[in-house]
Amino acid sequence: MIRSEVLREIAPILADQLVVCNIGLPSQELHMIDDQPTNFYMLGTMGLASSIGLGLALSQDKKVISIDGDGSVLTNFGTLPTIANNVANNFILLIVDNGSYGSTGDQPTYAGGKTSLTEVAKACGCDNVVECQGEDTGKVLQEALDGDQMTIIICKCESGNVKVPVITMDPVVIRDRFMRAVGSI
Amino acid sequence: MSVSEKIVSDLVANQVSFVTTVPCKQLAGVIDEVEKSKDIYHIPANKEDEGMGLCAGAYMGGKRPAIIMQNTAIGVTINTLVTLTQYYRMPLPMLISYRGELGEPVACQVEMAVHTKALLAQLNIPTYHFHKEEDVEELDSILKYTFMCNKPVAILTDASFWQGY
Repeated sequence: MIRSEVLREIAPILADQLVVCNIGLPSQELHMIDDQPTNFYMLGTMGLASSIGLGLALSQDKKVISIDGDGSVLTNFGTLPTIANNVANNFILLIVDNGSYGSTGDQPTYAGGKTSLTEVAKACGCDNVVECQGEDTGKVLQEALDGDQMTIIICKCESGNVKVPVITMDPVVIRDRFMRAVGSI
Repeated sequence: MSVSEKIVSDLVANQVSFVTTVPCKQLAGVIDEVEKSKDIYHIPANKEDEGMGLCAGAYMGGKRPAIIMQNTAIGVTINTLVTLTQYYRMPLPMLISYRGELGEPVACQVEMAVHTKALLAQLNIPTYHFHKEEDVEELDSILKYTFMCNKPVAILTDASFWQGY
């Protein structure tokens, strides 16, 4: 299973949740599969999906799902201790771990080598860390939503991409409609 | 009221309730006051771009954020300032220790100091420089200005302002 198939499978679960989606192909795929005002698409700043999601979760009560990638977590490793030490029980970090930098041509990441993001998240102090296969992501994500506990999900899947158009929506429009969905404006 | 207390009191008066910090020796006093404040959620960040991500999320969640960091962080955060904070048009007061100015004991700090204002100017970031203690009186207006225009705004605070280290 590749990332776009995982996203397609969990799209019905994501549909009415606040989602902060990682830069590049993950955002473009989610936008193509099921564009929602509750989706915040990152057009820049690789690595910050988890930070934006945590800040959002700590600032209001609705549940927040950050969809991140293994390469992006590696680029902002400092995020895991911050998450572990600032528990927001309305926050779920879903790391789609395909062992590669998908948006840039599937170059391998160290997460596909000797480094286990599951073990790193645990070592950073995160309490609920669940590793699953791509096929089980929907079930695990739904359990996390029902569980009311901050959860880090590491979804192990295969590397690979589908053809997808870039997002041409203006960033201020993305932000404005997202904040209206949050209820903060 | 100390300068640090005055700064935090102005943040609170302007409804700033989410503050991320990356420490600097010059900022130790104000970071202590942020931590003490019951009106502010203080979330230390490991790197300043991470902190700006946290602030972006907090802003979209309805909170007014701020970041406290050293001027060396301008080098770390240019991409985030441009493609997140400015691109999505979000307000972000940045209280910055302006290391490498008069009174600086560490030579290496001067290397970033000489670029600080040029970089901020290049990024079209409104920049204020607190050099004397009374300059802090402008903070309230700067905060109001920041949340009026939805831009990152830099407040550089040098060693003379902090009266040493």
